Amino acid sequence: MLKQEYTITVYTENHIGLLNRIAIIFSRRKINVDSLNTSPSEVEGIHRFTIVINEFEDTVKKLVRQIEKQVEVLKAYYNTNEEIVWQELALYKVSTDEIAEKVKVERLLRENGARAVVIRKDYTIFETSGHREETEKLVEVLEPYGLIEFVRSARVAIIKASKGFHEKLKEFEEVEPGAEIVENEFLDKQDEVFSM
Amino acid sequence: MKTAENTATLAPPAKKEKVSITGSQAVLNALIAEGVDTIFGYPGGAIMPIYDALYDYHEKLRHILVRHEQGGIHAAQGYARTSGEVGVVFATSGPGATNLVTGLADAMIDSTPVVCVTGQVFAHLLGTDAFQETDVINITTPVTKWNYQVTDASEIPEIMAKAFYIAKSGRPGPVLIDITKNAQIQKIDYEGYTPCQHIRSYRPKPIVRKEFVREAAALINSAEKPFVIFGQGVILGKAEKEFKRFLEKSGIPAAATILGLSALPTDHPLHMGMLGMHGNYGPNVLTNDCDVLIAVGMRFDDRVTGRLDKYAKQAKVIHLDIDPAEIDKNVKTTVAVWGDCKETLPLLTELVEQKKYPEWIKKFRDCQQQEVDAVIREELNPTTEVLTMGEVVKAINEFTGGDAVIVTDVGQHQMVACRYAKFTTTKSNITSGGLGTMGFALPAAIGAKFGAPDRTVIAIIGDGGFQMTLQELGTVMQSEVDIKIVILNNQFLGMVRQWQQLFHDKRYSFVDIASPDFVTVAKGYGIEGNKISKRADLKEAIEKMLNHNGSYLMEIMVGKENNVFPMVPQGCGVAEIRLK
Repeated sequence: MLKQEYTITVYTENHIGLLNRIAIIFSRRKINVDSLNTSPSEVEGIHRFTIVINEFEDTVKKLVRQIEKQVEVLKAYYNTNEEIVWQELALYKVSTDEIAEKVKVERLLRENGARAVVIRKDYTIFETSGHREETEKLVEVLEPYGLIEFVRSARVAIIKASKGFHEKLKEFEEVEPGAEIVENEFLDKQDEVFSM
Repeated sequence: MKTAENTATLAPPAKKEKVSITGSQAVLNALIAEGVDTIFGYPGGAIMPIYDALYDYHEKLRHILVRHEQGGIHAAQGYARTSGEVGVVFATSGPGATNLVTGLADAMIDSTPVVCVTGQVFAHLLGTDAFQETDVINITTPVTKWNYQVTDASEIPEIMAKAFYIAKSGRPGPVLIDITKNAQIQKIDYEGYTPCQHIRSYRPKPIVRKEFVREAAALINSAEKPFVIFGQGVILGKAEKEFKRFLEKSGIPAAATILGLSALPTDHPLHMGMLGMHGNYGPNVLTNDCDVLIAVGMRFDDRVTGRLDKYAKQAKVIHLDIDPAEIDKNVKTTVAVWGDCKETLPLLTELVEQKKYPEWIKKFRDCQQQEVDAVIREELNPTTEVLTMGEVVKAINEFTGGDAVIVTDVGQHQMVACRYAKFTTTKSNITSGGLGTMGFALPAAIGAKFGAPDRTVIAIIGDGGFQMTLQELGTVMQSEVDIKIVILNNQFLGMVRQWQQLFHDKRYSFVDIASPDFVTVAKGYGIEGNKISKRADLKEAIEKMLNHNGSYLMEIMVGKENNVFPMVPQGCGVAEIRLK
């Protein structure tokens, strides 16, 4: 088994300090977090963390269980890149004079799906979104024309197979939830479950 | 017995008129509603409003003034471990709170239910480097099951309820509530206390998956050499009876982790001893011989498993645990039975066949005989002139019959005490297992006695560990608690010295520790004591100590360079255990 990129999706309560609680699960094990995003989720009041790490699946599994163990965490999932649709947003600041002179730049931007967010006399800001390679490619494209600033957001991801959290939350609110919520999901995925 | 149901009757009904009380009073009302009777604490500037309110509650809440906050939390741990209830600690902000950190880490790794209430500077001063301000929440996050900072008193009843619920439910653990001074003073409209019974994001008790219980039972029934290893989960789950019934029906031999000791009486015919680095020979060696390994409420600590790639590789592993994060964490399981062992064990008992394994058990007995010949006989009945730690523990057993609570510190004396102490009753072995906190025993023994006032509490401590928290003799004196302190003095930091002898060419680097005259120190605190170094004096001295009315300190000089064996050297597999 090789290390690969995994996206961890965590549904949580909105609680001060939870970000730290989740972050130290990684830092304690000296695991680098490639990207971390917190945002609202499809359910009002429920937050959603999207964390990207490059690790072995076995390690990721253990991390996800440690995350789910936190009191304010409702549920944590991990997925490979094939199982999700994801995007990152990037902003690029370049000198307006520089690009106005060169028609070629405009074409390059269009080819890379970028759009202008702000155009001022002194500078122009472009925006694009996509996978890491795509946003990085535009950096290469713009560098010869004097890239003044570049910033990229964390990954946000949608799990292809997920039905969302509305129904699950209702179950969580029950004092005696159904088996689906408290089921030992990872057990079902065990490789070598003994069977009779 | 305090449960959420009967505390609910203590709390005023929800529709009761609102009364105006301070945040501090709300804290104390919460403690009373949760059935707390004892608080271990130390006052200071930022927690003064709570202490001021406590002045009026002294008839309902006993406060034990410790000499250091670390002593306070260890005492609360001792209390929790013998009583099975939540231990409660008060400390002030800044240094008061940071002094709790070692105890929190200890309680976290040993799953001890503790609620700490710390004072904090006024909310408007947070982040200004105010006097005695420290970021307690972030400092304690890795060592608490849950923590929360209260800046508005109206939150207090609900937060305290959550704190107790989280500390004691599921896999227990420490909780810290940090309350800013303004919130302690602030008046709120109090409508009574409602215990917490549900937090939507928190699942302490999983639903048991019966198909896995069935698979586990089938595996057990097909086994020829099954072996049960049990940990503190049996005690925390209050499942001692269920566990014993399971063993007796299945006929499977069992061994305890250090914290599992006393969950099953030591002299039970299926009790094969202790696991781990200094555990018994048979349980270690035969771990690598069994065909089905059944782990109950234990977490495969590295001190139990030794080298993982040489641990029970031949066996199918069944793991019963309440914490899903423990399953497959260290040892890959074949069947995981996730759940409270109080529920899962009876289900399993029902499905396992009534069996006996005489030949397999004989293997344990043979190993035991080897261990007796190589180690135990000489340790318990030494032919040398100097006293051994083992014979002291044996002599204590003779007088207590195994009914005492044995509190140990960390090091050689801890291993010897755990190896040889007899236990007839559950919750009798109080020690710092996971964290290995020297200085644990004296304060923990104080708390253990408050948690089990009718039992004899004996603290067995090394000369090094005792000096880490000996200021708590002041707490012993003032609280008039009755504990028996046995210092096993080998004039060394013995366990480190043993390792230096075995693995560092006898380069005894800073393990030669000088001690004060402990008996004189005790005398200074008004505690009677005695020092012995001769075998002839041992039994009489122990008898005198146990019959003494009140606390007593006995210093026993033991062999300076005695080693604890057997031993699984670090980096070795359990089967490579050394008898000498």
